[in-house]
Amino acid sequence: MNNSETYNYKVVRQFAIMTIVWGLVGMLVGVVIAAQLAWPALNFDLPWLTFSRLRPLHTNAVIFAFGGCALFACSYYVVQHTCHAKLAFPALAAFTFWGWQLVILAAAITLPLGITTSKEYAELEWPIDILITLVWVAYALVFFGTILKRKIPHIYVANWFFGAFIITVAVLHIFNSMALPVSFWKSYSAYAGVQDAMVQWWYGHNAVGFFLTAGFLGIMYYFVPKQAGRPVYSYRLSVVHFWALVFTYIWAGPHHLHYTALPDWAQSLGMIMSLILLAPSWGGMINGIMTLSGAWHKLRTDPVLRLLIVSISFYGMSTFEGPMMSIKTVNALSHYTDWTIGHVHSGALGWVALVSMGAMYYLIPRLFGRELYSLRLVEVHFWTSTIGIVLYISSMWVAGIMQGLMWRAVNTDGTLTYSFVESVQALHPYYIVRTLGGAFFLLGAVVMAYNLWRSIADAKPVEVEIPTPASAH
Amino acid sequence: MADFNSDFWHWYIAIATVLSILACVWLIRWMTAGFQKKDEVETTGHVWDGDLTELNNPLPRWWLGLFYVTLAFGGFYLLLYPGLGHFSGFLNWTSKGQYEAEVARVEAEVGPLFERYQQTAILDLINDEQALKIGERLYLNYCATCHGSDARGARGFPNLRDADWQWGGDPDSIKATLLYGRNAVMPAWEAALGGEAGINEMTQYLLRLSNRATIDELADKGEAKYQMFCVACHGINGKGNTALGAPNLTDDVWLYGGSISKISESLIKGRNGQMPAFGEFLGEAKVHLLTAYIYDISQGAE
Repeated sequence: MNNSETYNYKVVRQFAIMTIVWGLVGMLVGVVIAAQLAWPALNFDLPWLTFSRLRPLHTNAVIFAFGGCALFACSYYVVQHTCHAKLAFPALAAFTFWGWQLVILAAAITLPLGITTSKEYAELEWPIDILITLVWVAYALVFFGTILKRKIPHIYVANWFFGAFIITVAVLHIFNSMALPVSFWKSYSAYAGVQDAMVQWWYGHNAVGFFLTAGFLGIMYYFVPKQAGRPVYSYRLSVVHFWALVFTYIWAGPHHLHYTALPDWAQSLGMIMSLILLAPSWGGMINGIMTLSGAWHKLRTDPVLRLLIVSISFYGMSTFEGPMMSIKTVNALSHYTDWTIGHVHSGALGWVALVSMGAMYYLIPRLFGRELYSLRLVEVHFWTSTIGIVLYISSMWVAGIMQGLMWRAVNTDGTLTYSFVESVQALHPYYIVRTLGGAFFLLGAVVMAYNLWRSIADAKPVEVEIPTPASAH
Repeated sequence: MADFNSDFWHWYIAIATVLSILACVWLIRWMTAGFQKKDEVETTGHVWDGDLTELNNPLPRWWLGLFYVTLAFGGFYLLLYPGLGHFSGFLNWTSKGQYEAEVARVEAEVGPLFERYQQTAILDLINDEQALKIGERLYLNYCATCHGSDARGARGFPNLRDADWQWGGDPDSIKATLLYGRNAVMPAWEAALGGEAGINEMTQYLLRLSNRATIDELADKGEAKYQMFCVACHGINGKGNTALGAPNLTDDVWLYGGSISKISESLIKGRNGQMPAFGEFLGEAKVHLLTAYIYDISQGAE
């Protein structure tokens, strides 16, 4: 029995490397389907290459494969380091890695084959859903088991967010996936009609709120102060914005169903809670960016820190845009247009992907006891991604607003000025710009993958001893 | 209110909502209470992972202001609009009411125009350029999705520019099709025709009806079966029947594709052609103008 315990870095390394792999795959599929929208012939008339099948593959790959692996890697690393304890239940931790990879593999096979529940962001059929549930329960046991082993009584703020993310995603996944199987690869939702739509968007919006926001705020709360070498700006701000965020997000789903069969009262509640969500979201942005106060000069010399700070800025921007789009009168223009796609990607590319990439630049070399191979290449990555994001979201803003205006333009005889296909034709140039933006972003990710690979190519995995806490306060 | 099947849910929603907003207010006040501004902001004293610490800066005032404004907005909104269970809000606003008011406003504006056209016979409307222009816009809004912007149709959706009319191409028939919709059901014939062999024979006979090259031996056998099973709808010489929507089989126009495999597929699986009814949705006046437009473009047919 070795008295000086080491961190469990193995599972962190596995998830970190798969974060990069799945990131490249998911973004590549994204560029392909963006190109298909601009040039439809690119589906080559093959059913498994059509947009309708590749689009869920893209969303699942970037959210659950890339984002999911990043969350597993970072939460396992952070919870060990901030609890000064080795990961609990090592066998379960290994199961979460292999189980999650199996889920991703099953998704990559079934979705192109057209096997789908047709619930957005929850397309995977019931056998895969059960596997996800098992992995998630194991994840919760490992994470909270480690929290229980902590050597510091106070739980670090990043872990609040990881904890909320793990618990809520379990609840969302289980209730949204309730279904009646009719065969091994086909099931029907347990809910019908508007109830089904409401459950779907209660899930869908909180997949954004807890998977893509709370979890990644956990990443931010560790890696930003670490990379900046500065204390977190405000403890009490983190208390207010944590509780207000997890509490109000869960109400916001109905804003996806404005002006539908959903009862008016539910639409109103979804709208006002989305607006109330603005301040709690910005609390996270303030705490992240202001952590740099006294260290602003580091932005000039440290491109990794710059990547993290720009990601927080995009977080602030999309969490302003979101509440605005939830207002009924704005939504009447923006709903069903590409504006929504632009909004999602300012969050997905700008916030989720950049903060994960920043964390990976910090994490992966350390897991192998190395320094980053090239800061110049991080610089290149930073600029290509930023250009990519700007091209993507600005083209989708213009396209979306144009679509919304074309759809509502009316002639003096009361007929619509434009037929639907005219609005589709008008989108063509913007779809090309969007594809270009996506390609830039993918290029940045390739540069990152090369840089990280060069950093660790000939390195051996390291074992790091767990230090005793600095103070027993 | 139909939204709730008991008063319990009304109170449940209303109370939970109000308490939630109050809970946010309480949370802010709790975290701002008893805080004195000091010159030097201190850390909380906790240290994690060697060097991770937290300062305890006060909540930014502008941020607090923003939070309170959104909470107050939420409160006022719930007084004015539906939200608190079945309390309908002091403005008595409903999305259905908003929709109906908008439709009524537009109807009042354009109603007289369409009424005047409705009084005009279709054969006169086709000489009225303005009427045809409106008809074309209606067509592009409501019909182009299936029949195409050029009205030449697609597989399963008839070409409206040719002289081939499944349900009749005179103004009255077209108008009836638009008002009430049509449902053309071709049954599945695989069993009755005698499996794959029977399907092949019938396919060959259908090719002969359209004057296409055939294998005579098979087509002859198909003809015998045609006279048994198909005549009732498609007629003795295959000219079809517009009363039933049974297509003419002699003109080599194929709604579901004219290749051997597509014809066989129609025979094996049957077809179910549905034209939705637009009478209730658009009103007779608009259907009248649409009829004029569609009749007009079909007159240019070869």
